[in-house]
Amino acid sequence: MVKRLKVSRLLFSAVIVAYVGIVLGIILTVVLNSVSKGWYSGLLPKTITGEWYKYAAGDHDIPQLIYVTFLVAIADVAVGILIAFPAAYALARTEFRGKALLLSLFLLPMIVPPMAYGIPLAILCYKVHLAGRVLGTVVVNLVPIVPFMILVLMPFIEQVGANLESAAKMLGARRGTIFRKILIPLTTPGILTAGILSLVKSISMFDLTYLIAGGSNQTIVVALFSDAYAAGARPPQAVDALAVIYFLIAMTCLLISLRFVSPTQMVFKVK
Amino acid sequence: MRDFKRISVRHLTKSFGEKTAVDDFSIEFGKEEFVTFLGPSGCGKSTALNCITGLIPITSGEIYIDDECIDDSRRSVPPEKREFGMVFQNYALFPHLTVRENVAFGLKLRRLPRAEVERRVGDALRLVHLESYASKFPAQMSGGEQQRVAIARCIVLEPRLLLLDEPLSNLDAKLRVELRYELKSLHERLKVTTVYVTHDQSEALALSDRIVVLKLGRIQQVGSPQAIFTDPANAFVADFVGYKNAWKGRIERLEEGGGSLKAAIRTDGALIEARLAYPAEDPRRAALATAFREGSPVTTAIRPEDIEAGERAGANVFRCVADLVEYQGHANQVSACIKGCEEARVDLRSAAPLAFGDCFEASVDPGKVLVFADRGGG
Amino acid sequence: MKGPPRNGALLLLIPAILFIVLLFVYPFGFGLVESLTKPNGSFTLDNFARFFGNAREVRTIPVTLGIAVPVTFLAVGLAVPLSYYMRRGIKGEKVITFFLIVPVTLGTVLISEGMLSFMGPNGWLNLLLLALHLVQKPVQFTHDYAGVAISVGLQGFPYSFLMLLGYVSGINPDLEKASQMLGANKWQTFWKVLFPLMVPGIAISFCLNFVMAFSVYPSAVLLGQPSGPQRVIALAAYQMAFEKFNFNAATAISMIMSAIELAVIAVVLLWRSKMYKGASIVGKG
Repeated sequence: MVKRLKVSRLLFSAVIVAYVGIVLGIILTVVLNSVSKGWYSGLLPKTITGEWYKYAAGDHDIPQLIYVTFLVAIADVAVGILIAFPAAYALARTEFRGKALLLSLFLLPMIVPPMAYGIPLAILCYKVHLAGRVLGTVVVNLVPIVPFMILVLMPFIEQVGANLESAAKMLGARRGTIFRKILIPLTTPGILTAGILSLVKSISMFDLTYLIAGGSNQTIVVALFSDAYAAGARPPQAVDALAVIYFLIAMTCLLISLRFVSPTQMVFKVK
Repeated sequence: MRDFKRISVRHLTKSFGEKTAVDDFSIEFGKEEFVTFLGPSGCGKSTALNCITGLIPITSGEIYIDDECIDDSRRSVPPEKREFGMVFQNYALFPHLTVRENVAFGLKLRRLPRAEVERRVGDALRLVHLESYASKFPAQMSGGEQQRVAIARCIVLEPRLLLLDEPLSNLDAKLRVELRYELKSLHERLKVTTVYVTHDQSEALALSDRIVVLKLGRIQQVGSPQAIFTDPANAFVADFVGYKNAWKGRIERLEEGGGSLKAAIRTDGALIEARLAYPAEDPRRAALATAFREGSPVTTAIRPEDIEAGERAGANVFRCVADLVEYQGHANQVSACIKGCEEARVDLRSAAPLAFGDCFEASVDPGKVLVFADRGGG
Repeated sequence: MKGPPRNGALLLLIPAILFIVLLFVYPFGFGLVESLTKPNGSFTLDNFARFFGNAREVRTIPVTLGIAVPVTFLAVGLAVPLSYYMRRGIKGEKVITFFLIVPVTLGTVLISEGMLSFMGPNGWLNLLLLALHLVQKPVQFTHDYAGVAISVGLQGFPYSFLMLLGYVSGINPDLEKASQMLGANKWQTFWKVLFPLMVPGIAISFCLNFVMAFSVYPSAVLLGQPSGPQRVIALAAYQMAFEKFNFNAATAISMIMSAIELAVIAVVLLWRSKMYKGASIVGKG
């Protein structure tokens, strides 16, 4: 019995170490690349420099990019929750004919590639003068995010038994109070999980933002991809520098959210 | 099923970190015996059961089947190899399998021929009166039915030891009694050695050949239902099997004579006479002399049924005022206080038509008064 | 405890319904129409015909499937044992879980750049392998299938892991105990009891992962050979849109992508319903 336990633990540890090793290796090499000069071989770079960040700063309006990225991400999550939470609540608590159909409709945007609806959506945005503006970016990125939020939120809401709400009602609580004092606190892990995962997703979403990009509403991922594809037009270390900035933004968001929810609470179930 | 003569648990101890859940637990099961672990929540009965199954590792002690040691806290035979069967409080039926597939689960693992599997499954389902449910899923069945499937799933494998962890707790009262009868009759028919865990003393008394009473991980008493019922070993066991009227007091007078020890006990409310009699050979006779002296602090225990209401003559007559009367059909459960002394509560059960506020006389035969030495804190 | 909807409940759905209809159904419908029209506005199946008629274009389907399917199997296939092992909580699970989900913050570009450096011929990984004498010369991890696969897999795995861990830890632990008592060892218990109960989670996880993998684009360009063996279908759509400016054809290709994705999802859901005929309750008494 003791021997068997050791083998599976060993295997598990090996997989984790390999995984973490690769992830850390990838992060570190990019970080080091972004601050090094002429590091083509050998274990560590020979010189450390900040010139790539300066280059990137000169190439792009970094503060503007960061500002827009944050703004869009947070706005998307906030609006997304406002739309998705009530819907998830209704879907979790009630049964009605056509519910499966409605649920499939809600989940469709996650299945369909952005291109299938992105261009008409972009044209729609142009028509209502949303394209090229930050609001437009917020709106288009909502489309894949809301379904994902609904998907994640539903099981968290189901976990909070409906009888808790009934009990509160019997004690005289009105709808609003039940909502504020019981439902929200108990589904907070779910909201935070849906929120943080959607946040990082939104930061990473390229297709739709690109389609309505113009002037000042570029997010950092659009700038990053443009740089990356124009291979040779920019020194790779500058691209690395921008990539590191992107990573730091996303990681900051993740770390902040970890103050409120632990990774093990982020585990979600889909019925 | 590999045959065996006895299973013995020797000084089993299980600790979870600092907390000891089971302490120095020793018992021997003979073949075909029905043994119950009885006690309140947290007394360690389920833990002891799980230790015997091998589902949790033991901290120290040994478990033997005849001469084979199956667990000595360093090495142990895994649960799947012990040929024990277990029935869980929440049934633990596999929700993705039908009743038939659930019951056949263990048989299929042993790669028995299909015909035999079908035959044995059919027999087991007939035994629990569920033949027509074979193709249903657990979610389509009631609690009682699910539990019967769980039982069938175990007995179809002809286990050496059948362990049941509070199997009736999740069922409603009527179903509990029904299933209790079924369990008893199954045991009579199949003669499987059984270990049963419960907090319900009526279940324990009805089903067992022997009862082990546990408190906070330690065995308080082991004995037949009769022994536990009429002769509880300490105040805790007495309380658990339904003795009430635990009055604390001191021995005022001791008299020995006529084969029994007479004690007069001064409590807050009254002077109580108890007559403690043990046959000459009983080792407890000698212990009595050391346990009880004049002035010893003691606690009494009297069954509510043994206190009679109405005019009586003789020892132990108290004037009481009834302040709670519960109608129970053929008798009333009455809680009263001794007139003049509010704290002294008398609990009795009587067919007398008492009502709230009635004054009445209560009496109890000294031979029905149990006395336990108070070791400070009970 | 669900009940028939009361007025309030359905009202809650209205924002979401409005949102979906306005921002998705309408554009998608528009897109569908676009894919069936010529630039001058008349109905045509040309856009589709042109795609299927062109060998180079059609090849993107098996190429993309050849990336998406194995990668999804691998990501989900890794998530299953890991979540099984961690189902009852283990020492350091918070830290381990954190590291397992870190890749969601990286972004494709960082992963690609990182893989090119870290797993390149002169990178640390090869240096380590050479130092440990596990290989004789540097292994080619990037600029081909492996690179794309790892990048896509890494980005999809965290979601699968979180979902499956949620599933497996919700399964009544007494079911495992019952299985053991009936004579099953850990392996048998996993396959006969736990895995069937995880099927719904595995199915959904597979679908979500597959969709993400099938739409792969940046990874293929940055790590693979996008003009050749790793020319994925999303790339074909982009080229049609932004190099040839033929939006009708681009939308048509997207519709083909949607159809394939839906087909795969249908297959997975079919498998799931076959595997799990029983109740939908996961064993809580």
